[in-house]
Amino acid sequence: MTTTTQPPEQVVVPAAAKARRASGPSFWTTRRRDVLTGYLFILPQLAGVAVFVLLPVGMAIWYSLNDWNVFTGKQTFVGGENYAALADDPQLPKVLLATVIFSGGVVVVNITLGLLIAVLLNRRFRGVTLFRTLFFSPVVVSVVAWTLVWGFLLQDNGGINGLLGAVGIDGPNWLQHGDTAMVSVVITQVIRSVGVNMVLFLAALQGVPEELYEAARIDGASSRSVFARITLPLISPTLLLTVIVTVVGALQSFAQIAVLTGGGPELSTTVLVYYVFQQAFEFNDIGYGSTLALMLLSFVMLLTLLQWQLRRKWVFYED
Amino acid sequence: MRTDARTSSAVAVPRRVRRALLVIALAVLAVPFVVPTIWMVAASVKPLAEIFDAPPSLWTDSPTLSAYAEAFTFQPFARQYVNSVYIAVVVTAITLLVSSLAGYAFARIRFPGANALFLVVLTGLLVPSEVTIVPLFQLFKRAGLINTHWPLILVTSLAAPCVLATFIMRQFFIALPLELEEAARLDGLGRPAIWMRICLPLAKPALSAVAILTFLASWNLYLEPTVYLTSPEMFTLPQALTRFTDAYGGQMWNTQLAAATMTVLPMLIVFVLAQRHFVEGLAHSGLK
Repeated sequence: MTTTTQPPEQVVVPAAAKARRASGPSFWTTRRRDVLTGYLFILPQLAGVAVFVLLPVGMAIWYSLNDWNVFTGKQTFVGGENYAALADDPQLPKVLLATVIFSGGVVVVNITLGLLIAVLLNRRFRGVTLFRTLFFSPVVVSVVAWTLVWGFLLQDNGGINGLLGAVGIDGPNWLQHGDTAMVSVVITQVIRSVGVNMVLFLAALQGVPEELYEAARIDGASSRSVFARITLPLISPTLLLTVIVTVVGALQSFAQIAVLTGGGPELSTTVLVYYVFQQAFEFNDIGYGSTLALMLLSFVMLLTLLQWQLRRKWVFYED
Repeated sequence: MRTDARTSSAVAVPRRVRRALLVIALAVLAVPFVVPTIWMVAASVKPLAEIFDAPPSLWTDSPTLSAYAEAFTFQPFARQYVNSVYIAVVVTAITLLVSSLAGYAFARIRFPGANALFLVVLTGLLVPSEVTIVPLFQLFKRAGLINTHWPLILVTSLAAPCVLATFIMRQFFIALPLELEEAARLDGLGRPAIWMRICLPLAKPALSAVAILTFLASWNLYLEPTVYLTSPEMFTLPQALTRFTDAYGGQMWNTQLAAATMTVLPMLIVFVLAQRHFVEGLAHSGLK
């Protein structure tokens, strides 16, 4: 790229250069130089996305049209066969159900808890910074370390049942039953990451003009209706964004599941990302794994599209 | 608060009670956020026999560092630590450079196709790494880079986390007043000089947000090292943490907790010291 664009300044024949200098501005006007700089500045990022994102997506589409098992090493074009296999896969409905329950659970608990903590912390009192630090701290703890510790505490003879036992409750063997295993992965995930949404909600709450609250107070509005009629609508852009970002994040939770339950017991916590990993890297079925991966991608794209649409329709309070 | 008490002492008491209740509620709520980490540190210095004590306790009468010693002898843990640190530092440095260049160009320089190209870059945020990892594995295998750190460094510092960084930098530069740059242009400064001498020094808050987010993203990588790395001396920390199992596949609990503590504590200490940067950086990260 540089060889084709830079030379003009040096290669131009002296006579022509002189003529050009005499006749007017050189080819390299500020504007043209700017355009070139712009392209050069974005080049590394653009190339990175092209090579490490777009190219692999293209390859995944190609793989999904092939039957390719790494063990046998044979790759044959099969057209839509992998897509047809989606319908015949007896495990897929369970996986999709687990994905919906997990992502839905994470979103509901995360947004509710994040908003609750943010509302509680959105006032001035001694210790507010300390609490903010405490609630945010799991975010900087490595996912694997955090999940290992929780896996430990959730054992049949672990700390949580120990605590429950101390108050006379006989706790379940959390990770060994489908329902409680799902509850465990959701809670573990939410507590580790809710600090991010808390911070975003706090920033949004602080952006609500004080006058509105005062006006409502003068009108004698109850604090519940103030929250429903003033606070919620005004932070709706943040709310919408955090919901989508949280769903998309939940759809991509691999480490938590891998470390805490390994997708079990049976398939109860095998979410789509984990299933993709199993098909591609444990069963070495590249074709079917890629097909599942593209399904995941289409979910994420659909949600993002939905966010854009909703943002245009619902949210009136953007600046 | 003091004026409240003076104006109406009848209201002052309930208000103080309410405040106390609020603090108690928050303290209870904070338990699951804080206690696991404290328990991890406490249990890592307990003798193995005491780890499953019921009811669980955060105290031991006979603290021992044997689990810490074992973490280093069972796996090349020091080496794995160095791997994680150097990969995170390299990734963060590259990301800072790439994202501040691209973010500046998208925010400030007008060139044909800028908007379309920005959307192309943003797809990097949309595509989950689980989708690209199968083809990328094949690509890196063909390039002979499996069981090296190259896939981790290249993909992390140019794909998803870097795209988020570019987005943050762009939002920041858009909000930056133009006047300074215009003055510099009148003085005959070129774009690269303006970027380096005027804009970067002003972008410190955005750069520190990017640095924190990128470092954390790299430090936490789990899927990628699991896929690309095969020998223990190449492992990164999250991957190493899951490999503390004895010959029978049983987990070596206290060794694992000691290793986890060593992974987590430095980040927590940095966070507590610089928590304003973390929290404000995130709030301003343009996640809007």
